[in-house]
Amino acid sequence: MLATDTEVFSALGDATRWQVLTSLAERGEGSATVIARDLPVSRPAVLKHLQVLDRVGLVGSRKVGREVLYSPRAERLEATARRMAELAAAWDTRLAALKKLAES
Amino acid sequence: MDTNIIEREVAIEAPIERVWSLITQAEHLGTWFGDAGAEIDLRPGGALQVHWQEGDHTLVGTVDAVEPTSRFAFRWHQLDTPAGADLTEQNSTLVEFSLTSEGDTTHVRVVESGFGSLALPENERVEMHADHSGGWPVELGHLQAHAAGVAA
Repeated sequence: MLATDTEVFSALGDATRWQVLTSLAERGEGSATVIARDLPVSRPAVLKHLQVLDRVGLVGSRKVGREVLYSPRAERLEATARRMAELAAAWDTRLAALKKLAES
Repeated sequence: MDTNIIEREVAIEAPIERVWSLITQAEHLGTWFGDAGAEIDLRPGGALQVHWQEGDHTLVGTVDAVEPTSRFAFRWHQLDTPAGADLTEQNSTLVEFSLTSEGDTTHVRVVESGFGSLALPENERVEMHADHSGGWPVELGHLQAHAAGVAA
């Protein structure tokens, strides 16, 4: 498995971080302050989660005045969904080989 | 509840004992799973290796559960963990085979789980308690559609 996949899997594996990302996806774009209002999580904690998501490429950010606005990056999510589909397809291939061997 | 999983099933027209032996014996694992041999110490905690010719690749794992002829599980090492290191939730996924028979058919269900609890490399790790109860990638498609809509 590629390190980048692991990073993204790990970044998505945290329930609070998932909520942060979901909230951001619903809004389209938002600051840590705005997202913290949606969730029972402090602003500093939301900011940490956003920074993790930013580092693995699941969100992008831009500075507007004194605020940093974050938005989800669809291409990274698509790549991750594709990777999960590939891993599932690999199991299909293996199970087909097992079936063929067992029935031969 | 850990739902970051891959779940697959196949129906095989063969006795459950035969399928069990194909899934748990090295000489068979090395042909349908890998293509260049395998070694297995078939007991909980035992070592498992499956080899592929392409890229000289080897699966390194540890047997987790052996319940003839219904359940076989192993941890699959996913990260660059030093040789001899314990396989844990942070560096491996869990693969579970469940076998059931129905007449002349054996149903094999495979579940690979634990993608969400793989740990980031040490220097990337964030100092916060990780809560791995999240429901991705079940909802990944939903979120992806959301994000695509937003980006469009």
